[in-house]
Amino acid sequence: MLLMEKNNLTEEIEALVKFYGSNRSALLTILHEVQKKYRYVPDFAQQEIARLLDIHPVEVYSVISFYAFLNSTPKGKNIVRLCQTITCEMHGKKEIATAVERELGIKIGETTKDNKFTVEYANCLGMCDEGPAMAINDRVFTHLTPEKAINILNEIR
Amino acid sequence: MKNKIKRSGPVLFSGYNRGEAIRKVITMSREDILFNIKESRLKGRGGAGFPTSTKWMLVAAASSEEKYVICNADEGEPGTFKDRVLLVEYPEMVLDGMVVGGYTMGAKKGIIYLRGEYEYILKSLQDYIVQMRKDNLLGKNILGNEGFDFDIEIFLGSGAYVCGEETALIESLEGNRGEARNRPPFPVSTGYLGNPTSVNNVETFAAVSHIVIKGGEWYRKMGTDKSSGSKLFSISGDCERPGVYELPWGITINDVLIMVGAKNTKAVQVGGASGVCLSKDHFNRSLAYEDVSTGGSIIIFNESRNMLSVLKNFMEFFVEESCGQCTPCRIGNVKLLEGVEMLEKGEFTFSYINRLKDLGRTMQLASKCGLGQSSPNSFISILDNFKGEILNRTGGKNGN
Ligand SMILES: Cc1cc2nc3c(=O)[nH]c(=O)nc-3n(C[C@H](O)[C@H](O)[C@H](O)COP(=O)(O)O)c2cc1C
Ligand code: SF4
Repeated sequence: MLLMEKNNLTEEIEALVKFYGSNRSALLTILHEVQKKYRYVPDFAQQEIARLLDIHPVEVYSVISFYAFLNSTPKGKNIVRLCQTITCEMHGKKEIATAVERELGIKIGETTKDNKFTVEYANCLGMCDEGPAMAINDRVFTHLTPEKAINILNEIR
Repeated sequence: MKNKIKRSGPVLFSGYNRGEAIRKVITMSREDILFNIKESRLKGRGGAGFPTSTKWMLVAAASSEEKYVICNADEGEPGTFKDRVLLVEYPEMVLDGMVVGGYTMGAKKGIIYLRGEYEYILKSLQDYIVQMRKDNLLGKNILGNEGFDFDIEIFLGSGAYVCGEETALIESLEGNRGEARNRPPFPVSTGYLGNPTSVNNVETFAAVSHIVIKGGEWYRKMGTDKSSGSKLFSISGDCERPGVYELPWGITINDVLIMVGAKNTKAVQVGGASGVCLSKDHFNRSLAYEDVSTGGSIIIFNESRNMLSVLKNFMEFFVEESCGQCTPCRIGNVKLLEGVEMLEKGEFTFSYINRLKDLGRTMQLASKCGLGQSSPNSFISILDNFKGEILNRTGGKNGN
């Protein structure tokens, strides 16, 4: 990471800490904010957050590693989460997954070369009456067919 | 995600004017409110079924200056989506219920723990909170009542099912890994930041809003003796009309199946992945705390489904979602999943499968929190109720 980027990141984190407070209970909210912008929480950001909240950097990493939606490695611009839980499975999750894998040329869990998409499985999205479902970033799409899923990806691309 | 059907039901879907419950309680004493909730015999709708009045009385009686009312909107149980419907379509009922909680227990702060998967609801909830502040339904001296201060903020979860467990939820709010705490102490005495805290389900708050308006006795007239009132059921799987239904407690599984247009039903999973899987001979049983108890998830499987792959899906869920803190759950779920894979391949001995069921029973007793205590339920009930199909491998396909 370039020095200038580091300085920027430090300033951003300082601003977040100022806004949300330097209590430990602000940690997850601050991590969310950093991730919203960078799509992951870079090592340097972890160290800065730890410094400003006065906790050990390992604590920050440990929290990130616990939560499925927090990442310590870079992800694509759009995170696609296919619901893998029971009713979505019954209603064709596998066909959707295969279509998405073929179309993007990656396996579930991977990121496309152009960094546009990361595709993951997620547990129950709470859309069981409208499955199969997938989420892209913070939007949810339901009643998917393989074709519909691919059209949605192409629109976002 | 628009509201397609006009919802109707005896309580929650019967209509509600925003602010109504708050306007009512400021004319009542705390004792009166607690008495009504006690009369209603309302039990927590998050699954555990703990009497709401008892929880609220304990927090109300605590002498701390700082107390918290937390709305558990982590809704992660497979097959459950009723809290989402309440938060999207009826936020007024839920948030008013939280304000009633604040008034009754003497708490000034409310927090909604919204699961990360529901981030798309965040904006509308935040806007609604702003509107409540404008109308003085939140904030200082609510509706002109000197000293009645209460405000609500929203905390976004990050994709961890275990954070729905109330002590894991509190850990998460405090900025930690969502690992369940030892209990006691209970949140009612030592909750968020060490303060007395009431954690309640979204639907519990919605029910409270109606109870304070119409009275505990009115509520108790519905349902059964031990399971009063109505319940939201999230119904999905093989049926013509999946969705959220408000029904009185005590309805039989058969009646539910007819209502939602389920045909050739082989199995019904009640209570989500952590619930039990019932075969036909149980369909005359009723949904109630005293019979088949549930947080509201009902998943229907028709004759074409392979129950072993259903079980596999559940066990994979638990292996992923176990927080890994205690051994029975961390290792036990992996062993149960391996057992399912052995059954899939047909490489098993009956004595080993029986030992796995024993392991399941040990997990139910020895796990630290509800996740590990309930994750063997599916394993045990599916192997017991669908023995023929699984051990003789005559099952159907699962759409894949
Ligand atoms: C693994 C696990 C997940 C849970 N998830 C939820 C949940 O998503 N929503 C909920 O209200 N309760 C959930 N609970 C139950 C809570 O621990 C707690 O009992 C409940 O929020 C209390 O509210 P109530 O009394 O209104 O039901 C969960 C429990 C366990 C063990
Ligand atoms: S039972 Fe499972 S989820 Fe609960 S504390 Fe133990 S390992 Fe964690």
